[in-house]
Amino acid sequence: MANSTEVDKDIYYVPEQGWYPVFLAFGLMLLVTGMADSLNTIRGQGVADWTQSLLGFVIVSFVLYAWFTKVISENEAGLNNASVHKSYVWGMGWFIFSEVMFFAAFFGALFYVRVLVVPWLGGEGEKGIIGDYLWPTFQATWPVVQNPDPALFTDPIKSMAAPTELGGLAGYLPFYNTVILLTSSVTVHMAHDGIKEQNRKKLISWLAVTVLLGIVFLILQVEEYIEAYELYGLTLDSGIYGSTFFILTGFHGFHVTLGTFMLLMQLVRAVKGHFSKNDCFGFEASSWYWHFVDVVWVGLFIFVYVV
Amino acid sequence: MSEVIHAGHHDHHDHGPAKGLLRWLYTTNHKDIGTLYLWFSFAMFLIGGLMALVIRTELFQPGLQFVQPEFFNQMTTNHGLIMVFGAIMPAFVGLANWLIPMQVGAPDMALPRMNNLSFWILPFAFGIMISTLFMEGGGPNFGWTFYAPLSTTYAPDSVTFFIFAVHLMGASSIMGSINIIATILNMRAPGMTLMKMPMFVWTWLITAYLLIAVMPVLAGAVTMMLFDIHFGTSFFNAAGGGDPVMFQHIFWFFGHPEVYIMILPAFGIISHIIPAFARKQLFGYTSMVYAVASIAFLSFIVWAHHMFTVGMPLAGQLFFMYSTMLIAIPTGVKVFNWIATMWRGSMTFETPMLFAIAFVVLFTMGGFSGLMLAITPADYQYHDTYFVVAHFHYVLVPGALFSIIAAVYFWLPKWTGKMYDEALGKLHFWLSFIGVNVTFFPQHFSGLAGMPRRIPDYALQFADFNMLSSIGAFIFGFSQLFFLFVVIKAIRSGKPATARGWEGARGLEWTLPSPAPYHSFTHPPEVKAEEVHG
Repeated sequence: MANSTEVDKDIYYVPEQGWYPVFLAFGLMLLVTGMADSLNTIRGQGVADWTQSLLGFVIVSFVLYAWFTKVISENEAGLNNASVHKSYVWGMGWFIFSEVMFFAAFFGALFYVRVLVVPWLGGEGEKGIIGDYLWPTFQATWPVVQNPDPALFTDPIKSMAAPTELGGLAGYLPFYNTVILLTSSVTVHMAHDGIKEQNRKKLISWLAVTVLLGIVFLILQVEEYIEAYELYGLTLDSGIYGSTFFILTGFHGFHVTLGTFMLLMQLVRAVKGHFSKNDCFGFEASSWYWHFVDVVWVGLFIFVYVV
Repeated sequence: MSEVIHAGHHDHHDHGPAKGLLRWLYTTNHKDIGTLYLWFSFAMFLIGGLMALVIRTELFQPGLQFVQPEFFNQMTTNHGLIMVFGAIMPAFVGLANWLIPMQVGAPDMALPRMNNLSFWILPFAFGIMISTLFMEGGGPNFGWTFYAPLSTTYAPDSVTFFIFAVHLMGASSIMGSINIIATILNMRAPGMTLMKMPMFVWTWLITAYLLIAVMPVLAGAVTMMLFDIHFGTSFFNAAGGGDPVMFQHIFWFFGHPEVYIMILPAFGIISHIIPAFARKQLFGYTSMVYAVASIAFLSFIVWAHHMFTVGMPLAGQLFFMYSTMLIAIPTGVKVFNWIATMWRGSMTFETPMLFAIAFVVLFTMGGFSGLMLAITPADYQYHDTYFVVAHFHYVLVPGALFSIIAAVYFWLPKWTGKMYDEALGKLHFWLSFIGVNVTFFPQHFSGLAGMPRRIPDYALQFADFNMLSSIGAFIFGFSQLFFLFVVIKAIRSGKPATARGWEGARGLEWTLPSPAPYHSFTHPPEVKAEEVHG
C-alpha cells in the first residue's frame, strides 16, 4: 500500500500535513473575539483591554510569515510545477473577484442611497410621503450636508466633493492621490518589465518607486482624514454622506496598505535574488492586487468625489 | 536558477495518513478534510435540530409553557443560522472535498493547506456563535435574516460577536470555493472536457462562483452593521439619511444566491443517483448544465421577492415578480430530465434512490409553493406566515438535506469500503419521509389561514396543525439519530463493498478501489467513454 499512495511531485505537489492552518484559525478567533469584546466595552463606556486582540494579531502574523516562507522555499526548491502555478493563478484571480464584490456592496449602498433613499426622504414621488411627514424641512441634496435629524447626526460643515472648476484641483488632495495611484500602476508594470528583461536593477528600482508612491498615497489620505475631521466636521457619525465616504475610502485605504505591504515583501524578495522570467508569481499576484486597488480608486474618485 | 532543481525524492515520502489525533488538525488530504466537514456538519445539524425541537415543543400547544419569548427568538434565529451555515453548507463542502478530486481524476484538491484552513475556521466561528447564547443579554434574537434595526439599534451586545463569526464563516466559504474552482478548472484528467464533467462537479463549479460573488456582499452588510452599532454611521438609520430597507436589499442580494448555493449541489447529487438506479444515462445532460447556469444567473436578479411587502415602487415589484417566475423554467427542465431519466429505466429502489425520488417530488412541491409566493399580490397574504416556513423547509429539508443523506448512502461504500444495512436504510428513509411531511405539510394550512412565523404563541384555531407539526418534528429529529446509528454500524461491521459499489454507477470515482486510496489518483486516469455522464 505504502508507495502506491504517493503523489508524484512532477504531476502535482501535494504538501504534507502542517500546523499553519489550524493555528491561523485559532489566531483569527482570538483576534476577532478580542476585538468584539473591546468594542462592546467601549460602547458600554468602559476601558477596553486590547491584549487578547493583540495576541491574536501576533499569532496570525507569525503564522502567515511562516506559511509564506515555507511556500516560497518550496517554490525555490522547484516543487511547484506548472500545474501548481496555475492553481495559484486561479486562486489569486478569484480572490480578487471576491474583493471586487466586497467593494460592490459599499458602492451598491452608495448608489441606493443617492438615487433612491435621499430623494424619498426629501419627499419625492409616492414614497416621499413618509419623509415629508417625519422630517418636513429636509431637503434632498447630494452630498447630504444637512441630515434629516441633525440632533442625532451632526451636520458636517462641508463635504469632500471636488471643486467645480478645473483650477480648484490644484489644492485638492484626492486629485493628487489619483495621479499618484495611476502612476504607481505604471511603475509596477515597469518593474514587471524588469523581470521579463532579466534586469534586476530595473525591477528593484521601479518596485521601490511603487512602494514609495503607495506610502505617499497613504500619508496624503491620513492628511485628508485629519482635514475632514478637524476642518470640515465630516466624521463617521455625521450622517449618510460621512458614512459612505469613510467606509468606501477607508476600506480602500486599508487595501492600499495591504497592497503596499505585499509589494514591499516582493521588493525584499527581489533584493534577495528571487524571481525569474518564468517564475515570478508572488510578484505578479501582488501587482494584480495593486492594479485592482487602483481601479477601485478610479471608481471612488468618480463616484465619491467628482459626480 | 532554482526551477531547474528537480523535486528531490530524498526528503519526505508521503505514505497515507499520519497517526494520532494531530492527523485531523494538520491534515492536507481532501478525504480527511471532507470527513471533518461531514462530521462537523452532522454535529451542527444535531445542535440546530435540538433548537428546532425547543421551538416545536413550545408550539405543541397554544400559550407560553416551555420557554420565554426572548429565548424563543434566540432559538429561531440560531436554528436558522446554524442549519444554513453550519449544517447544509459545510455538508456540501465536505461532499465536494470527498468527491470532486475523485470525479475529475485528481490526486487532491488544488490548494491543500488552504483547504485545511477553510475547515478549521468553522469550529471556531460556530464556537463563537453558540457562545453568544450564554452571554449577558442573550444571543442573536433578530431572526436568521438579521434585519436592521433589530440587529443594530435594538440588538443585544452579543451581536458584535455574531458579526465577527459571520466574517469568519464568509472567509471560510470564500477560500473553500476558490479551492473548488481551482481544482475543477485546473486538475481535470486529460480528456475530461468541461462538457464531460460529472453533474456534481458542474453544479459545484457554479455554486462556488455564486459563493465567491455573494459572501463578500454579506461581509459588507455585517460590516455596515458593525459601523452603525459601534462607530456612529447611519447606513440603516433614516434619521441620518440611510435606510433600514437598504439592509434588506443588501442582505437578499446575498441571500437569494445563498439559497441556490444550498440547492445546486443537491441537483448534482440527484443527477448521479437517479441514472445509477434507473440504469440509464442522465437524460439531457447538456440542458442540465445550461439549466444550472441559468438558475445561477437568475439568482442575482430576484432578491427583492423576499421583501414585496416592504414598500417598493410598483415597477420594482413587477420586475422581481416576473424574474422570479422565470426560475421555474430551468428548474422545470431539471425536474423533467430526472423524470425522463427514470422513464423506462430498469429501476431498483435502494435507499439512495428512495431519497432521490422523494427529493424530486417534495422539492417540486416546495418549488410550487415558491411560485405562489412569487405572485406579488398573493404574497401580501402569505408574507411572514407559516406558509413561507413550509415553503422553504420543503426545499431545504426534503430538498437539500435529503440529497445530502442520499449522497452519504450512495458514496459510503466508496468512502469506507463497507455497505450499509439496506433494511435499516429503508427504515430510516420511511421514518424521515413521514416525519418531514407530518412536520411541514400542516404548516401550509396554518400559514394560509394566517398564522405568523417567529412567534412563541398563537391563536387557538391553529392548535391542531401545530400539534401535528410538533409530533412530526420529533419523529423526524429522532430518526436522524437512527441515521447516525446506521452509518456507524456500516463503518464498523458493514459488508465489504465492491469497487463499482452500485451496478449502475458510473464515473471515475467508481474505477478506484473501495475504500478509495488516500491520494485519489496519483497519476491522471484515462477518461473512458463509459464513465462519462454527458
